[in-house]
Amino acid sequence: MTAAIRIEGLVKEYAGPPPVRALGGVDLEVMKGEVFGLLGPNGAGKTTTVGVCTTRVLPTAGRATVEGIDVVADPPRLRRSIGVVSQYNTLDRACTVRENLYYHCRYFGMTGAESAARADELLAQFQLTDRARSLPTQLSGGLAQRVQVARAIAHRPAVLFLDEPTAGLDPQSRLALWDLIEGMRDRGITVLLTTHYMDEADRLSDRVAIIDAGRVLVCDTPAALKRQVGAETVLELKLAGNADGLAETLARIPGVREAVPAEGGIRVMAASGEGLLPRVVEAAAPHGLRDVAVSEPTLETVFIQLTGKALRD
Amino acid sequence: MTEPRRQYARAFGGLMLRDTRVLVRNFAPFVTRTVMNPLLSVFVFAYVFPKIGQGMRGGGASGANFATILVPGLIAVAMVFQGIAAVALPLSMELGATREIEDRVLAPIPNWLVAVEKIVFGGIQGVVAGLAVFPLVYLVPATPVDVHVESWPLLIVVIALASLASGALGLALGTIVRPQHIGLMFAIVVVPMTFLGCVYYPWAALGPIRWLQIGVLVNPLVYMSEGLRAALTPGLPHMPAALFLLALTLAVLALSFAGVVAFRRRTID
Ligand SMILES: Nc1ncnc2c1ncn2[C@@H]1O[C@H](COP(=O)(O)OP(=O)(O)O)[C@@H](O)[C@H]1O
Ligand SMILES: [Mg+2]
Repeated sequence: MTAAIRIEGLVKEYAGPPPVRALGGVDLEVMKGEVFGLLGPNGAGKTTTVGVCTTRVLPTAGRATVEGIDVVADPPRLRRSIGVVSQYNTLDRACTVRENLYYHCRYFGMTGAESAARADELLAQFQLTDRARSLPTQLSGGLAQRVQVARAIAHRPAVLFLDEPTAGLDPQSRLALWDLIEGMRDRGITVLLTTHYMDEADRLSDRVAIIDAGRVLVCDTPAALKRQVGAETVLELKLAGNADGLAETLARIPGVREAVPAEGGIRVMAASGEGLLPRVVEAAAPHGLRDVAVSEPTLETVFIQLTGKALRD
Repeated sequence: MTEPRRQYARAFGGLMLRDTRVLVRNFAPFVTRTVMNPLLSVFVFAYVFPKIGQGMRGGGASGANFATILVPGLIAVAMVFQGIAAVALPLSMELGATREIEDRVLAPIPNWLVAVEKIVFGGIQGVVAGLAVFPLVYLVPATPVDVHVESWPLLIVVIALASLASGALGLALGTIVRPQHIGLMFAIVVVPMTFLGCVYYPWAALGPIRWLQIGVLVNPLVYMSEGLRAALTPGLPHMPAALFLLALTLAVLALSFAGVVAFRRRTID
């Protein structure tokens, strides 16, 4: 497999004031045809990474190539190979939905007839035909996002960048968009998706890189990342009382790998030990145990283990 | 043309088509904002004032009536207003709150050409606005206006330079002024420009106020008004052609450069 995106030692400092080091040496390789998730909290550097790859941000140091084209050397040429759905609704408010698609095609050199045909094809494909004459301000968030994806792929790019595509969407629109993204994989489009939702990264991505404070912490398939946690079960204990000494007590229970203080209680990582739950509950009861949530490790667990903090706060 | 050039030309054409579509859709507001200022200016200065006996004579010894003096100035103002209304105001929105410019910035075309397209399209709107002033100045005034073109090449060059300067001014203001200061921009830039732009009086008539006559030379509108005066009302006093042509060319270059640089800074981090 060959790389669709290659990022080496990427550093970005925004001039400020105050100056911000948004990326502190990022290395990434996204393979052709892959759906790649960039997972990290707000301010991690996801948008900056996408910005460099899409010619919107100039790197301070390091290199990035997309489809073998250096992002700094020839931005107009690179833009023919990429589609971009940015974090915000950037639809042209002065143009209808259909015109957004039509003029995008014109910018990419299609003739009037080709552009009209492509716009109509996309409207049908994205079930937007009855909204063709709507203005972007009349669309719900989910529909607007669908138009943005349609516009981004209108010129048939090899690589599609989606920056937090479902942030702020209702659950139904979110699912619809997930279907669209899975459709991209079937069409052989390489997708770089950023998100701060661990379930989204997990469900959609072939591989995930976890990014925090401008650095990539790990990069692997979601399954491998979760295996790396070294536990099959995660118990979240919510306590009404204080947790003094409880972590130590829990850590001594056979099968428990780790017990660490967490928001409102303690998080226990364990092998799926038979009979583990009653012993944990018994130990925690004197501390005012209110609630126990039992789950398998998620990418959030991976993130917490790596950084000691939650993805969203 | 080499292949990249052809692609740039197509993308540039696409941007122009998009702007044309938006202009056609918003034709009524376009006409209103174009016609209102010259219509009322001509009505008050060249119809109401003569009727109520208010004297306004900038023509001095030439004996030209005030309506004639107004024609070139009002055309110049209409062009400058167009640069601001057609380029600066929308651009300020598109670069700011809505970030709508993004799809055009990500078109396969160098960043500076996206900015230049704004200048060119703003300039075309400026020409249309300038032409729209003519019927008004013929129909409204109480006294006949005396306009005749002595040199068509001069008129065409002046209109081309003035419209490009207006578009470039719009680009520079739209990219440099923050959206929250757009209102203030009218007070600080647009109003002084028009009142001190040799619109209502020929530049030569400022002779008695020497410091003002020198001071207004920083105002590009002065050269537009004077250039149009030379081309349309050659009987009135006006600057030498070499001076306003040079100044207009410099204004186009300087404002375009400032606008293109600021556009890049606003769109590429
Ligand atoms: N244009 C900018 N100017 C200054 N700082 C910025 C700019 N864009 C982003 N930053 C800063 O860079 C860091 C990374 O931001 P960003 O890439 O947007 O992160 P994410 O998309 O993961 O939330 C943050 O600290 C943010 O405040
Ligand atoms: Mg972001």
